[in-house]
Amino acid sequence: MKIEIKDLRFTYPTGLEALRGVSLSLETGEQVAIVGQNGAGKTTLVRHFNGLLKPTSGSVSIGDWDVTKYAVAKLASRVGYVFQNPDEQLFSRDVITEVTFGPHNLGYPREKVDELVERALSLTELNDKTETNPYDLSPTWRKMVALASVIAMDTPIVILDEPTTGQDAVNVARIAHVIAELRQEGKTVITITHDIDFCAENFERVIALAQGKVLLDGPAAEVLGQEEILAQTYVDPPQLTRLGKRLGFKEIVRNQEEFLNVIARSGR
Amino acid sequence: MAFINLQNVTYKYPLIKTPVLQDINLQIDEGEFVAVIGPNGAGKSTLCYTLAGFVPHFFKGEISGSVEVAGMESSKSTLDEWILNVGLAFQNPFNQISGAKYTVFEEIAFGLENIGTPREEIKSRVQEALKLTGILDLADRSPYSLSGGQQQRVALTSILVMQPRLLVLDEPTSQMDPIGTREVFGVIRKMAEGGMTVVMVEHKVEWIAQFADRVIALKDGSIFLEGKPHEVLTSDALAENGFGISRYTSTARQAKKQGLWKKDRLPVTLDEAVEGFALTLPSPEGRGQSR
Repeated sequence: MKIEIKDLRFTYPTGLEALRGVSLSLETGEQVAIVGQNGAGKTTLVRHFNGLLKPTSGSVSIGDWDVTKYAVAKLASRVGYVFQNPDEQLFSRDVITEVTFGPHNLGYPREKVDELVERALSLTELNDKTETNPYDLSPTWRKMVALASVIAMDTPIVILDEPTTGQDAVNVARIAHVIAELRQEGKTVITITHDIDFCAENFERVIALAQGKVLLDGPAAEVLGQEEILAQTYVDPPQLTRLGKRLGFKEIVRNQEEFLNVIARSGR
Repeated sequence: MAFINLQNVTYKYPLIKTPVLQDINLQIDEGEFVAVIGPNGAGKSTLCYTLAGFVPHFFKGEISGSVEVAGMESSKSTLDEWILNVGLAFQNPFNQISGAKYTVFEEIAFGLENIGTPREEIKSRVQEALKLTGILDLADRSPYSLSGGQQQRVALTSILVMQPRLLVLDEPTSQMDPIGTREVFGVIRKMAEGGMTVVMVEHKVEWIAQFADRVIALKDGSIFLEGKPHEVLTSDALAENGFGISRYTSTARQAKKQGLWKKDRLPVTLDEAVEGFALTLPSPEGRGQSR
């Protein structure tokens, strides 16, 4: 399902101009990472996709729906949004109730709900925690519950707002696996992240925002190689990209495999 | 006498059967910058709470062994004595913002007001702290109107302004942009050089290697490894036990297996990786050309 954003501007009631003319189109099944300085407007932008915020001017459409004409509850059938802070999202007394709430609320038949919940729990490896109160889990596991409760809704578009924050290496790999699964299913995944290495390893397209505008947009290798421009929005290229550059590589490398290939070819 | 001295510390939260910290022995000198790493559930936050006096004074539960910080002994002192010496920045900044203040400036002044600091001094110290962490431009905003990373800087600033002797930071940069993260590490390093003791939980090993004096790797509530950053962060055991390691280290380790890394020592930082891989490469002209 396509997302079309045209000259989107948004000003908070305090007068803060968070988005100053953003135009983008995101195709069905794209895996997009959004990066940029704190306060660049990343969260403000994605909160327009499920109607939590309405444009001050310009337009956002999700498929054939103009977001201003549909309620958040309705948009929830197309766009799933995992909050940056799970505590703003979770409200149920146990994990299973939390994860079941979304698909049940969308009115799927009971068997489908069970199937979706089961799959979400196993992808996030929460199967052994179904009876636990989310608030008895550590903050990092609460983030996994928030993720599970959104992917169980089976929406064509999934937004993850800083999914790897505070996660250890094992959980980051788990989240990468979830994203790969969603890609397989043809879903659009939009992820806000400051973890540039994670971004380089899991996303094809990267959008860099700066002060409410699109600074860069393109294939990950292209965008993440632009060290000087990225610095304007307080982003460093990935570790191995920086290393390749310092070693004088002519091409931009994003991950270990690409890096070692260049070394192997040109090594003595 | 070490500034921080933990002897055989074992701690259980109320209603939970297994201890979260198990037989921790730890000495830290004044002015040291110590980074704590470890997988989720290793006990990192609980260690922070222990150093800050929240364990056991606020969380209750059962503690054994002895905890001494800045000459205070945990079992013989109260939380209000501790907070004059120790500042803690929570993992989630949303939990730390007081909710009682309208602007960032007032939020940062809150702690000083509470301990009865004179008005003029509060003003100048808050101003100074805002400058230090680079958020002077946020001074008049509401703490709740900020982005996650900005809120995190506010939370950190509101602790720094108290000038604690011990600064305990639980993932203070988790929501910050990459260059902002590096800046914050720089600020914290500067505080340590000024004599403040710092204990910081972090996952970002590249910056730990450059800025910290020592690394403590926690696993299942115990100290798994401890030592100089480079030693700990390149150890094989770390990678095999679910700890996050730098891409430079993991890539060089793989390269070594293929004969493409010639040094004994694995890199943690960019400079170390550049230096090491340069040994594998021919003169700069030939690099990366063969496609």
